[in-house]
Amino acid sequence: MNIDLSIHTGLARKILTGFIRSEITRAGFSRALVGLSGGLDSAVSCVLAAEALGPGNVLAVRLPYRTSSPDSLEDATIVAEQLGVPLETIEITGMVEPLLERDSKIPNVRKGNILARARMIVLYDQSEVWKGLVVGTSNKTEILLGYTTLWGDMAAAINPLGDLYKTQLRQLARALEVPPSVLNKPPSADLWVGQTDEAEMGLRYDEVDKLLYLLVDQRCTPEDCVEAGFDRAYVEKVMLRVRRNHFKRLMPPIAKLSNRTVGYDFLYPRDWGT
Amino acid sequence: MFGGKILNMRINLALIQIATKLGDVEANLEKHLGFVQQAKSEKVDLIVFPELSLTGYVLQDMVPAVAHRPVDDDPVFRPLLKASRDLDIVVGFVDEDARHRFYIGSAYLSGGQVVHVHHKLYLPTYALFDEGRFFTRGDAVRAFDTRFGRLGMLICEDFWHASPPYLLWLDGADLLLLASASPGRGLNEHDRLESARWVEGVNQAYANLFTSFVAHSNRVGYEDGMNFWGGATVFDPGGDLIAHGPYFEEAMVSAVVDLGHLRRVRARLPLLRDERTSLVQAELARIQAK
Repeated sequence: MNIDLSIHTGLARKILTGFIRSEITRAGFSRALVGLSGGLDSAVSCVLAAEALGPGNVLAVRLPYRTSSPDSLEDATIVAEQLGVPLETIEITGMVEPLLERDSKIPNVRKGNILARARMIVLYDQSEVWKGLVVGTSNKTEILLGYTTLWGDMAAAINPLGDLYKTQLRQLARALEVPPSVLNKPPSADLWVGQTDEAEMGLRYDEVDKLLYLLVDQRCTPEDCVEAGFDRAYVEKVMLRVRRNHFKRLMPPIAKLSNRTVGYDFLYPRDWGT
Repeated sequence: MFGGKILNMRINLALIQIATKLGDVEANLEKHLGFVQQAKSEKVDLIVFPELSLTGYVLQDMVPAVAHRPVDDDPVFRPLLKASRDLDIVVGFVDEDARHRFYIGSAYLSGGQVVHVHHKLYLPTYALFDEGRFFTRGDAVRAFDTRFGRLGMLICEDFWHASPPYLLWLDGADLLLLASASPGRGLNEHDRLESARWVEGVNQAYANLFTSFVAHSNRVGYEDGMNFWGGATVFDPGGDLIAHGPYFEEAMVSAVVDLGHLRRVRARLPLLRDERTSLVQAELARIQAK
């Protein structure tokens, strides 16, 4: 089976900038903001938003914690300067330390979630100040694997990247001329020193993207995937992750009591009336 | 040496690729009338708007709120019917019948009259589509006479089934007017989305198989995360592309439909003459009796 995740980056760029422009303006806004980490995903979101709305209408926000990699901070600055978007830096250390200090043995995962949610609070607050909407940075691989913090880095008004696998996003980033230092660094949530996505998940993006493409996009059975050369245990591990994390992809279920309930039979698209 | 009497009818056709305001019929009507005005100044004979052009596509529970009747005392159809005194107009709308069933409709307006209304026959209710939940399916496929000759209209999923265009062909339609709100999908290494490649391939095949003109009007814009890709096309009876609109952009896409071309192609390629409807009918009867 041919597994080719190549995308026409010009076409992706056209659709995604149109999407950002349409969805921001019909919601009554002309501006957007992006939490710029120095990594690939937020750089791509920022480039697309700047192209869609004009660089003067996109605020890049750096949200460092005391352990954040200085290289990442520097890379975020390079991206913002290259695009000509205004850059704001709001350190979250002072916000989160009192909470972290309550438990000296706090594990990395809890700590990481707190940092991600603190960043969400700052971004949404800045969204009010800037009078713009938060553009998301979650990609399809993360969303499917649930490698994301609920109400943290997932929180956004719109998400232009959520239907691109990480390897496809890298192709797009290259075409958008994202700086080489951003393109070439190992993907990391940078929630603690030395963290990398691939080490934490025990998965390699180039491999798992192909498997997800078979399972999700091509609707293959696990047997099809094994036949295509994937290890059965690996296929099962990934499928389990996708299933177990499905809750992160949905709004919380509302217990139905009445004859008409939001989410079941009160059905309107988000762009209702616009 | 020459083919004898030549039908010299030429239609200045305009296919409109618009982004609609979802559920805001008045705003969409205004946009329609603007395009009609522009078309009139450019001497267009027939202007074709895409599927659900007056309402937008992902209507869900908005369906009853945006429904209209294609009659003269309807506030939306009155100005459209008036405008149709200058040029023929095809619009997409939600049609509500007397017993409050809702259809995805295309209305052909000409000379201040409603000439024909087609109700979408096939309502996709799978994958990203949910039409069967909100709409009633139409139960007739008919060609109809216009000042340009006999035409047929279909809406999106209708022409993913081979039988509706086939029936319109046999019913006398020489120009098929196809209207879509086709969501863009299938990004890969090609410079066109898969959805665009599929639709264009199908339209070209119908032009070839039915030695007829096939015009396709498709909307643009976004609804939530869905994009609509535009790319209106006109294929001539030889299967050649004679007009192609831009992808993703609002546009009025013009084409001259030279009906004389039908005669030249059919003289060379008499597929219509040789079509064996009795054979089809007999075999269908046998298959259905199984």
